[in-house]
Amino acid sequence: MAFAAFGQSAPAASTAAPVKSGGRVALFLLLPGLAYLALFFLTPLISLIVTSLQVPSASGLYGAFDYGFAIENYWIVIESYLPQIMHSFLYALIATLAALVISYPLAYFIGVKIRSRPLLQGLMLTLVIAPFFISFLLRTFAWKQLFSNESWIVTTLQSLHILAPDQYLVGTPFMVIFGLTYNFIPFMTLPLYTSLERLDTRLLEAGSDLYASASQVFRKITLPLTLPGIISGTLLTFIPIAGDYVNASGDFLGGTETAMIGNVVESKYLVSNNYPAASALSVLLMGVILILVTVYVRKSGTEDLL
Amino acid sequence: MKNFSFGKAALPIYAVLAFIYLLIPIGYTFVFSFNDSLKTNLIWRGFTFDKWTGVCQQQGVCEAFGNSILIGVISTVVATALGTMIAIALVRYRFKFRSAVSLLLFLPMATPEVVLGAGLASQFFATGTQKGITTIIIAHIMFCLSFVVVTVKARVASLDPALEEAGRDLYGSPSQVFWKITFPLLLPGIMAAALLSFALSFDDFIITNFNSGAAMTFPKYVYTAAARGIPAEANVIGSGVFLLAIAIVVTVQVRSAAKAKRLRKG
Repeated sequence: MAFAAFGQSAPAASTAAPVKSGGRVALFLLLPGLAYLALFFLTPLISLIVTSLQVPSASGLYGAFDYGFAIENYWIVIESYLPQIMHSFLYALIATLAALVISYPLAYFIGVKIRSRPLLQGLMLTLVIAPFFISFLLRTFAWKQLFSNESWIVTTLQSLHILAPDQYLVGTPFMVIFGLTYNFIPFMTLPLYTSLERLDTRLLEAGSDLYASASQVFRKITLPLTLPGIISGTLLTFIPIAGDYVNASGDFLGGTETAMIGNVVESKYLVSNNYPAASALSVLLMGVILILVTVYVRKSGTEDLL
Repeated sequence: MKNFSFGKAALPIYAVLAFIYLLIPIGYTFVFSFNDSLKTNLIWRGFTFDKWTGVCQQQGVCEAFGNSILIGVISTVVATALGTMIAIALVRYRFKFRSAVSLLLFLPMATPEVVLGAGLASQFFATGTQKGITTIIIAHIMFCLSFVVVTVKARVASLDPALEEAGRDLYGSPSQVFWKITFPLLLPGIMAAALLSFALSFDDFIITNFNSGAAMTFPKYVYTAAARGIPAEANVIGSGVFLLAIAIVVTVQVRSAAKAKRLRKG
């Protein structure tokens, strides 16, 4: 089960606690929560699939649809929104890799280098999650202002001829990926930290005692041992990024050329009331993510983790 | 300790730069909460405390903030109660369909928010439910639940069952054992889960946007305002919440570090 990879920070199910088979008590404890999820998570997913197959209403009313089995809805949305679908997965891939590259050294510093100073470690972790304490919309808007067309960053880049005089940053794929990377870095850093914090540094010493170069030690010891953190981190960033639509929205960092699946779903659902198309795109997004995640977890050989 | 893969000074410098990068937009939001701005808050016009002292004068911002607090509190209480019960059952009891239950719990965390939001919205649409604060709360409980289970489960797993056995040996009734022993020991995990849930609910925009109808929350207010420029009062609320949260977390950390120090000294 691929998704248990998220739970890696929790210790493996305790063997110390006696596992009782009290059917009734277990049922009493489980039933309310599971019924809740069945009602407000599972049935909505089914409802989404049903909606995605609806046909325009025979009444011809705008925004009215009848139940049907219009599989062609899927082909229509794929054909019409292929660029947006590609943006979602491409941006998510690049932003996830960027977040990994930025986060790993930081997590290494906090989890390994300052291990002997728990207070400093705690304060640095607080700084990592500090962005969570302020609305991500405000943070994203702040980047928009900092990189706006009149900002000193843009004018400097223009005077250095890195940007053409009529070239700007807001509205470009670069800016959207920049925002996505920024917003999801804590989701990457925390699981990496959890893995690195448990890394036994004696193994690294053993490696270098045996004349392994620094890069060999990293590739052969550190990296494989922290793979579980890398996998949780990449999943925790890739999935929300692929579905995000705030960064790519025209009011924030994106423009007309950068729309992702989420932007199309939002406008179809909340603006043009084309529920079947919005639902078909959502189902497609979820389907592709589930396939990618399963393949990824299999390929990286961490099934024993699950 | 020898350096393995990174230069000695390079890593601390890198960490400082990374923190600056993480904190830049927060600093920007904070600074612009003191901007003597007119309608929009795009250009620096001079320093003022007015936006802090008269934060509610901006139409709708305090109402949206109040709604977010209300939604956050109710969702947190319900999600934490339901999630804690599941966490205890998962660690302590053997039951059938265990892997199906875990799958059901993990799927919401692996589903993009836009899918959760659109799914719930189409269910509300199909059943003719009027969207508003109640539907937002229903949605928030749903996506917080799994995070509560994961957080509390870790705590239940680390609990020494001998303590509860001792309680039973001393003729404690099941409810006495739970409320006097199990619950207090689980409390730190439950509190952590509740805080996480509140933070998730308070900052949620995407799922809320699909299920809010005309109801306003703070993130929705910011998103709607972004088209014409976010007023400085929104920066005030964002910065205020940030300072409060940081103050709480740092106090807890410094205190527990001091306590750990005392314990080491004996």
